[in-house]
Amino acid sequence: MPPRRSQSASRKREEPEEENAGGRPFWSGTLTFGLVSVPVSLFPAARSNRASLRMLGPDGQPLARKYFAEKTGKDLDADEVVRGFEVNKEKYVIVTDEELERLAPEKTRDIDLKQFVPADSIPPLYFERGYFLTPAAGSQKAYKLLAETMDKSGLAGIATFVMRGKEYLVAIFSDKGILRAETMRFADELRTPEDVGLPEKKDVPKAAVTKFEKMIATKSKKQFTPTKLADKQTDSLLKLVKKKQTKRENVVKVEDEMETDRKVVDLVKILKQSLGGKR
Amino acid sequence: MAARAIWKGEIKLGTTKVPVKLYSAVQDRTVRFHVLDDRQKKRVKQHMIDPDSGEEVPTEEIQKGYEIEPGRFVILTQEDLEKLQPPPSRDIEIVEFVPQTKISEQWYDRPYYAGPDGDEKNYFALVEALKKKESEGIAHWVMRNKYYAGALRAIGDYLLLFTLRDAKEVIVADDLTKPSGAAPTQKELAMAKQLVEILEGEFNPAEYKDEYRERVMEFIEKKARGHAPRLKAVKPKRQAAALDNVLAKSIEALRKKEKRAA
Repeated sequence: MPPRRSQSASRKREEPEEENAGGRPFWSGTLTFGLVSVPVSLFPAARSNRASLRMLGPDGQPLARKYFAEKTGKDLDADEVVRGFEVNKEKYVIVTDEELERLAPEKTRDIDLKQFVPADSIPPLYFERGYFLTPAAGSQKAYKLLAETMDKSGLAGIATFVMRGKEYLVAIFSDKGILRAETMRFADELRTPEDVGLPEKKDVPKAAVTKFEKMIATKSKKQFTPTKLADKQTDSLLKLVKKKQTKRENVVKVEDEMETDRKVVDLVKILKQSLGGKR
Repeated sequence: MAARAIWKGEIKLGTTKVPVKLYSAVQDRTVRFHVLDDRQKKRVKQHMIDPDSGEEVPTEEIQKGYEIEPGRFVILTQEDLEKLQPPPSRDIEIVEFVPQTKISEQWYDRPYYAGPDGDEKNYFALVEALKKKESEGIAHWVMRNKYYAGALRAIGDYLLLFTLRDAKEVIVADDLTKPSGAAPTQKELAMAKQLVEILEGEFNPAEYKDEYRERVMEFIEKKARGHAPRLKAVKPKRQAAALDNVLAKSIEALRKKEKRAA
């Protein structure tokens, strides 16, 4: 069954929206191993979709998404809506941000690395989203200590912690001296082949396997080249945009200056500043 | 109950095609909330408005634009967008293979089981071959008018197809510089190594449970019955002492715990 589409307040909150973050970290908190604590900030390790389009009105003015009450048709501001869990048909239990925050036991508010595992032993099925960790002022030494220790041992640290109304399972990797957190799916969020109902494995003749092994060998590369992933569709969209821009076709400028103070965030620049201890 | 396939395709390797059905490998367990109108306690709807006039803009009048610089947009018409759609295809084209350890965690997006669709001989032969070669295929395909790049892997007895992130979206460590500041001493490094070794183990995903999800659900149930427990306020954090001291104490504490467990 496809997942039910509903207005999910908590889901919205978990999406890192770098444009709205204005260069602020996604989360700030403490990373601990043993009794050592390393205050850190988390920044997304990926930029948002390059091809994202804005919704515009008939005159090219950028539009805003707004909640409204169906019965009265009245528009609602952020402080006029609440988060509700449907316990019975159209019967809701209201849950506030404060309650969600207070429901997290204190020990779960830190990323406490309770276990270290071989860094290459986690199946890729688990990985969800990456974040770079930057040290808070004064915690560079402890940060480097952890990064260097993990680098030398080839280990990744595992922890669970609660952030913004959701518990995360994370693996912390040392990536060339920089700590990177990968949020992971919990085991019960992954289906097994039995859940899906895949047919049982069949024995196959050796010759059939050898045939594929040969095909793999002829197409094998030693390294992974990320450019092989370049999204052609996005590239052609950007090309079309460029073409239209040069021809001054369908280009609109919004008179209202309100829009222009929305700064475009350069994530790499922010990360570099944060890693360099400049803020 | 068996899952329903979301798409059917054929893995294309040279001239050989292996038909597969895709199934999501993820089941969402997020606690789902609805956005409600605070006064009526009814579900809200969404629409697009002109922020200046506050007027609703009906769907048929909405245009899509790419922001070339703040406040300047290039409008893409419905026709433009349709032209950008890739031609439909059932092929999952494997462009090359790389050793299984070469793609960093950062790239993986969503996993799908690619189950056999008919030809089981070739399917399980490909599984065997990928496992033997410890290889992963880089795949390109078009699904529902959208272009995808991904990785094909054998895990257990089956094939998994992962969507991978767009090359230009991922920030890699090479783009960044290591933090500056004082380096840890040899003594600290030796102690940290000891500490990490005590905590070393195998990755066992079943050990980790989303306990917070359970707490939230429990709280909701109590609140529904009118017995919401009072929750304590969140206190700000304290800070720790000198690094080598803390390391020594950590090792001591963990050793004691180990002894007790033994």
